[in-house]
Amino acid sequence: MKRHLLEAADLDLADATLVLDTAAQIDAALAGREVKKLPTLRGRTVVNLFYEDSTRTRISFELAAKRLSADVINFSAKGSSVSKGESLKDTALTLEAMGSDAIVVRHGASGAPHRLAQWVRGSVVNAGDGTHEHPTQALLDAYTIRQRLGRLDGVRVVLVGDVLHSRVARSNVWLLSTLGAEVTVVAPPTLVPVGVGSWPVRVSYDLDAVLPEADVVMMLRVQAERMNASFFPSAREYSRRYGLDARRMELLHDDAIVMHPGPMNRGMEIAAEVADSVRSTIVEQVGNGVSVRMAVLYLLLGGAPE
Amino acid sequence: MAEPALGAPTPGALMSADDVARVVDRVAHQLIERAAARGGVPGADAAADGGLSDLVLVGIPTRGAPLARRLASRIEAFTGTAIDVGTVDITLYRDDLRLRGVRALEDTRLPDAGIDGRLVVLVDDVLFSGRSVRAALDALRDLGRPRAVQLAVLVDRGHRELPIRADYVGKNVPTSRSQQVKVKLVETDGVDQVVVSDGAGA
Repeated sequence: MKRHLLEAADLDLADATLVLDTAAQIDAALAGREVKKLPTLRGRTVVNLFYEDSTRTRISFELAAKRLSADVINFSAKGSSVSKGESLKDTALTLEAMGSDAIVVRHGASGAPHRLAQWVRGSVVNAGDGTHEHPTQALLDAYTIRQRLGRLDGVRVVLVGDVLHSRVARSNVWLLSTLGAEVTVVAPPTLVPVGVGSWPVRVSYDLDAVLPEADVVMMLRVQAERMNASFFPSAREYSRRYGLDARRMELLHDDAIVMHPGPMNRGMEIAAEVADSVRSTIVEQVGNGVSVRMAVLYLLLGGAPE
Repeated sequence: MAEPALGAPTPGALMSADDVARVVDRVAHQLIERAAARGGVPGADAAADGGLSDLVLVGIPTRGAPLARRLASRIEAFTGTAIDVGTVDITLYRDDLRLRGVRALEDTRLPDAGIDGRLVVLVDDVLFSGRSVRAALDALRDLGRPRAVQLAVLVDRGHRELPIRADYVGKNVPTSRSQQVKVKLVETDGVDQVVVSDGAGA
């Protein structure tokens, strides 16, 4: 593994498989235990540096670090010196001067973790940067697919929705194709990014046509907070054409699963009855997130410092 | 213990496949005898099988795991009693993680009946510094509360760095610290053999 985890595109097949295998071993080792704690990272400090709101990612990273016995500092931009105008660089150097070994960063600007990695000596883990990447989400999605379907090679994955603003989509496209899956992107033409031609994906605008072929349908959240223009006429129309409802779920074959990275807009991109169906892995994804992040922290911090 | 280099074995094969098989048989017999002497835990079941139902053999990966399985199958062959076997990966409990590169993890698997209140015998290939055993003891503490923990090793090569000793030893080998003792097993290396070599480059 490299020193940082900045984007899923950095991971080759061996590294990605190592993370998934390590997560599976950690899962198995902790299953059914009373003491869900390992001493591995005792004395190491992990800083969660969150410039954007987050529920599951921050809590998941916090829990992962704590289960490995690391000390965790949670930093959110609100209520810190950032509101007095302190820059990302100064904030990071301050945290490092206090002895942090790893910084888990979420930032609204794409590329912020890359900049950060040039300034600090410790490891940097990207927990979502702007519309760029969210690599641990892709890793936990891949882990969930492998757990449910038993394989990743040749699995047909359909990513549906707001691809343009979705860092989850970008990370999943790169990671899943590295792992041998066939990825199809389905979105309204306005929400397909310009550079999609260079991605290892097929693009479609017709959800009904691709669903019968799919092993995995991954619904993306419509990111209203990043939309500075109108990308589709109305929520209703979006939902009718690109939302996954009970009728569309019937088009899937029996073993296909439905995923969503959360938070969901129920009734918009996914209907409540679909989100709560047996095909849905949404709750599993959250649980797997902790194991996968433990694996990432172990692989980045567990070995000898360079 | 301070072994002078004088008594160190000459490099080469230390144990053949036959030696390994004999030693596994002997340790299996010792485990049976001790279980019988203990009389097992109070209760009819335990008495009927010579105290063996109390026993769990837990291998330390990589090579302790197949050794534990072999011991269990030998005990079953001698007594007809099936023995519970498990493995405990100690990687996440090691105290030298920061001195070495990151390692891949191996299986941790315990029998369905668990280890609470039972006699756990840890099984490893080579006993050297004792640090692996300490890590395994730490791991066991998180996994349950055995009635007692014992240690069985194929080779004890000395040079302990911790107050740890083995209860069952296949072969004592007074090595020099710079030597390497390598246990090979059919399951992991395609051949049963114990080899001593000089230097760290081996």
